[in-house]
Amino acid sequence: MLSKKQARAFFLGGTLVTFLIFIGLTIFSFSKENDQTNRENLTAEVVRGKEIWESNNCMGCHTLLGEGAYYAPELTKVIDRLNIRYDGNGEEVIKSILMSPSPWQLNGRKMVAYGMTEQEASDVVAFFNWIGKIDLNGFDRVISPLAKEKINK
Amino acid sequence: MKYKSQKVAYWFFALSMLLLVLQITYGFVMGFARIGFDNLHEFIPFNTARAVHTNLLVVWLLSGFMGAAYYIIPEEAQRELVSVKLAYVQLISLALVGVTAIVGFHFNIWEGRKFLEIPRPLDYLVVVNVLLFLGLILTTLFKGKRQTTTALVLSMGLLFAALLYLPGMLPFDSQVTDSFFRWWVVHLWVEGVWELIMGGILSFLLIKLTGVDREVIEKWLYVIVGLTFLSGVLGTGHHYYYIGVNKIWLIVGGIFSALEPLAFLAMALFAVNMYRKGEKKHPNKLALYWTLGAAIVSFVGAGLLGFAHTLPQTNIYTHGTLVTAMHGHLAFWGAYGMIVLAIISYSLPNMTGRKLYDSSRGRMAFWLANIGMVGMTVAFGVAGVAQVYLERKFKMDFMLVQKEIAIHFVVLVLCASIFATGIILYIIDFYKHGKPSDEALEINE
Ligand code: HEM
Ligand code: HEM
Ligand SMILES: [Fe+2]
Repeated sequence: MLSKKQARAFFLGGTLVTFLIFIGLTIFSFSKENDQTNRENLTAEVVRGKEIWESNNCMGCHTLLGEGAYYAPELTKVIDRLNIRYDGNGEEVIKSILMSPSPWQLNGRKMVAYGMTEQEASDVVAFFNWIGKIDLNGFDRVISPLAKEKINK
Repeated sequence: MKYKSQKVAYWFFALSMLLLVLQITYGFVMGFARIGFDNLHEFIPFNTARAVHTNLLVVWLLSGFMGAAYYIIPEEAQRELVSVKLAYVQLISLALVGVTAIVGFHFNIWEGRKFLEIPRPLDYLVVVNVLLFLGLILTTLFKGKRQTTTALVLSMGLLFAALLYLPGMLPFDSQVTDSFFRWWVVHLWVEGVWELIMGGILSFLLIKLTGVDREVIEKWLYVIVGLTFLSGVLGTGHHYYYIGVNKIWLIVGGIFSALEPLAFLAMALFAVNMYRKGEKKHPNKLALYWTLGAAIVSFVGAGLLGFAHTLPQTNIYTHGTLVTAMHGHLAFWGAYGMIVLAIISYSLPNMTGRKLYDSSRGRMAFWLANIGMVGMTVAFGVAGVAQVYLERKFKMDFMLVQKEIAIHFVVLVLCASIFATGIILYIIDFYKHGKPSDEALEINE
């Protein structure tokens, strides 16, 4: 029968081994050849957009890359989606929502009115554009309206 | 109660209960917003309510864990806490940091990083606070007469939880990298080191409540925490499937996270078997309910419902839907909410000297809270599965789907009311125990 000492060895050994593999895989994931995020396109605008995204806690209602809250739409492919709905004017629509001084509530549910400046709004759009081009291992297929059209054809 | 300084725990538990009530209140704000009553939007928009709800959850659980440590460590180490005064300083500063953060959330002061919304300057205060806590606990433990496995596992869990907070404070320009390291905190907490804390508390309670030999219990404790890390560390990969990192995580995360339920299964079997085996039956029935309840419900909420969406083939559809919220509620409740309520139920009569061991109010609290929470889980689950089909399979618009599933949130709010009633009864029971008292020292043993 297992002794306490063996049980402890199992705990310490298992932890050490999996932890080392975990660190190894982390380094592997962020190596240049394995980049799926177009790191070279991470411009100052995109970074400012991310800061705006964070400082307003947009993730408290929306999901992005499938992470966040489930109260408002997934925004990973939002520009594609709105381009379809508004004849290629997706970016403009997003900007007007962000710059609006009163809450956007097209579908009954209210969004916080941010009243952003033109510059801030276009930074956020740049951020969405960058996000939209990340290779998501197939998740894009599930959430992107463009992929849907391809599948249906 | 064997040592006077264990009384500090009472105030951590009291803070914990207060924050729990607030957490539930903000839960209702969100529940109502989802069925169209978003009247508070101007003051408490959904993202504020959500940040408050989840951060209070974390803080009330941490306050509960800290109280548990202040109660358990002196008893296990067989000495008084090194400084009671500093423990109160730590309590008050914890409460202040928590309240400041929550107030800030109402004024758009936060970091929009799910579960880690506390703004950076306050993060540093959290670190200082936790260092003080760890200092007190660890010096007490190592100056004590003995260092039991139970105490070591509990302290190790608390220490690692503090260390793992740090990767969450690293700044990154890329959303993907940011997210990647955010999971080092969130996932490695709940599916890693917090399980050590839970295991430590569970083992302490089982030793006290069942009278089974410590050596036997602590041996199995090692097996459980061994299974936890063996599966949980690489299991982090289940958050990396679809956020823009290499496909290797689909395999690694898929395999190892599928093994994670084993740790919870082991925990449930362990608790039930020790209970069966135990000769000495402690009269504190309520503590026993909560203890066995935690072990069993955590297996259902974390183990079974976690498994339900952890394989990449399923997760591609459920990722970022209400299915996640279904699992999140029962897992947090079963594993961490219930274990905190278990240690409170066990220690309260010992600290106050009032042995309300088996009141009908206490039993109602247990059943109503659990029935309510299971009902809420079902409501989230039905809404989530419907959402997956309509939105992800049939490509219906997000907001149209939300209208279709709003009815499930009516059910959610009803079940939440049952849950809240249970919690209120629990807190009345807490209050009826009165204040901790040194007289309780003699009453024991
Ligand atoms: C007590 C332990 C656990 C707690 C408290 C817990 C809690 C949570 C929470 C709150 C989330 C949502 C995170 C977010 O999206 O930000 C989550 C996600 C998830 N959990 Fe757990 N969990 C636990 C254990 C488990 C276990 C054992 C498994 C697997 C068998 C699991 C599988 C998952 C998966 C796959 C997701 C990702 C959902 C997604 O974003 O697609 N969980 N968990
Ligand atoms: C009155 C009771 C409660 C109600 C009405 C409630 C309602 C909600 C709602 C509506 C959300 C947001 C889901 C979304 O993003 O759309 C949420 C999130 C969450 N709640 Fe609760 N809740 C309650 C109690 C609790 C309790 C007791 C716990 C923990 C033990 C808890 C843990 C969580 C967690 C972890 C999340 C984040 C889930 C995720 O992102 O996947 N809640 N809750
Ligand atoms: Fe996880």
